[in-house]
Amino acid sequence: MASEAIADKKIGKDKKKESRFIQTFRRLVKNKLALFGLIVILIQLLMAVSAPAIVGYDPLEQNLSETELSVGSEGHWLGTDNYGRDVWSRLVFGARLSLIVGVTSVVIGLIGGIALGLLAGYYKKLDGLIMRFVDLLFAFPGILLAMLIIAMLGTSLVNVVIAISIWSIPGCARIVRGSVLSVKKQEYVLAMKSLGASDRRIILKHILPNCTAPIIVFATMRMATSILSTSALSFLGLGAQPPTPEWGAMIAAGQDFMWSAPHMTIVPGIAIMLVVFAFNVVGDGLRDALDPNMNVDN
Amino acid sequence: MEQLLQVNDLVTQFRTAEGNLSAVRGVSFSVNKGETLCVVGESGCGKSITSLSIMGLLPSNGAITGGSILFNDEELTTKTEDQLRRLRGNQISMIFQEPMTALNPVFTIGYQLREPLMIHRNMTKNEASRKAVELLEEVGIPDPVKKLKQFPHELSGGMRQRVMIAMALACKPSLLIADEPTTALDVTIQAEILDLIDDLKRDMDMGVVFVTHDMGVVAEIADRVMVMYAGEVVEIGNVEDIFNDPQHPYTKGLLASVPNIDEESKTFDAIPGTLPNLNEKIDGCRFHPRCPFATDKCREQSPPAFSVGETHQSKCWLQEVNNNVESANPS
Repeated sequence: MASEAIADKKIGKDKKKESRFIQTFRRLVKNKLALFGLIVILIQLLMAVSAPAIVGYDPLEQNLSETELSVGSEGHWLGTDNYGRDVWSRLVFGARLSLIVGVTSVVIGLIGGIALGLLAGYYKKLDGLIMRFVDLLFAFPGILLAMLIIAMLGTSLVNVVIAISIWSIPGCARIVRGSVLSVKKQEYVLAMKSLGASDRRIILKHILPNCTAPIIVFATMRMATSILSTSALSFLGLGAQPPTPEWGAMIAAGQDFMWSAPHMTIVPGIAIMLVVFAFNVVGDGLRDALDPNMNVDN
Repeated sequence: MEQLLQVNDLVTQFRTAEGNLSAVRGVSFSVNKGETLCVVGESGCGKSITSLSIMGLLPSNGAITGGSILFNDEELTTKTEDQLRRLRGNQISMIFQEPMTALNPVFTIGYQLREPLMIHRNMTKNEASRKAVELLEEVGIPDPVKKLKQFPHELSGGMRQRVMIAMALACKPSLLIADEPTTALDVTIQAEILDLIDDLKRDMDMGVVFVTHDMGVVAEIADRVMVMYAGEVVEIGNVEDIFNDPQHPYTKGLLASVPNIDEESKTFDAIPGTLPNLNEKIDGCRFHPRCPFATDKCREQSPPAFSVGETHQSKCWLQEVNNNVESANPS
């Protein structure tokens, strides 16, 4: 599961932490909505991993004798598009693409955001400078910022990843800074200083691990935004270019055939909606599950 | 005895919206090897800031603006952050008041104990783990191998304070600063921790600066006592001098406000008034508004430190009167 993959990376690495990881997971699946989200994410992950094995057609293969077949047609259970390409194949490969784009952009955004947040939170002198820069990024509407970046770099999926990463940085930086500000006031940070630990050691080994919970939640929620923005940018023609099987691009292509072949827009639309919803509810669930003050009935 | 720490006329100030405020105003004292100096006084009188000044761990708006701190004949106030970092945990260590919050909750005891060893001694993880077991044994923690794998929340307060002590003493420092290490513990555990610190001090021939506001603790552990009030040292002397022959009215007040098991009376004599704010301007002796013996001179001029005995000093105009009386009637 993508959210778990991220969680795994952050806290599950140590075997010692496993008990806490399992405990969080248990609290998470107790939340019905989060469980639903997890299942959706799991399905998407399976689709992405086993993409070539579960489809009968190449997503790019055109068959002009079978165009605009509706849902439930023989051999194409989700129908075909205006070029006779199998919608199910395109959907499955689209799942792979949106996951890759989502994870990469979130990871890059997190690296930038965590670095800035740690520096701003720990060093008072850098705080003003970094946070004003972050405010500057915040002042731009996100999608506009992404479009601006793509306009500068050119349209391609790689540039979409870069744009969405940059757009993820300010939110992450703020959240991390907030946690660092509260963690660095803790006495164990002073105690580590009194033992002669360097700033680098204190920041990376003692403060960062204490900020993981909000970062995990942010990363999960951010996955939803990333996937949605990738689709939006592709829909606008700024991201994936045809014939790449990308959900947003699929909707854009289906626009002209709304009356004759509505499934061309509805199917990828539902996929985007479900996945974005799933990441959001899992993020919500994680927030509750990671909060030690929340009482989840046993 | 060899002198370990010599603090001369230390002034520590904080930058605030109301200007620079002095939290420590010209404090001088020394600590010898194998000696425990207790620093006592009310909350907010500058005890902790004095110890943080020695460690070089003042909050970012605080700075040492005057005086000198000599440690093993090396000046600490002019050292760079990196040089100080090498001293901290290695030659000067500190233990803190709250064992509940002074250990990082996300790491095991073993991980945290290995930190000072890996920082200062460049030990590998395995060497450090072996040493950590020894350290835990030294501070009297049963079943140390198992404890290494436990998290701080799995230990009791007393155990955590022992772990803190083990961390602080891992590199055999020559000076230990203990900032109210027993305040958060209950009385029986407190006694055990005091004994432990005392034993370790003797074993390692350390100097100890012990910050506390508990006179009972002072009586138990101190060799010498320094009484602080509003950022100044008002009286300093051997523990016997301070308890048997207190000179400064503030010291007398502190001693009178401690319950005495031998006395019938069930009320304590509190010192009237409260500690002045850092920004309050007080002419003359800083204690005069609360002092029952204050004279006009006290209100106008700040008293110097008068010697009472060889090792005993009191910062009070009353000494001048006593000295005059003594010189008038040589006995």
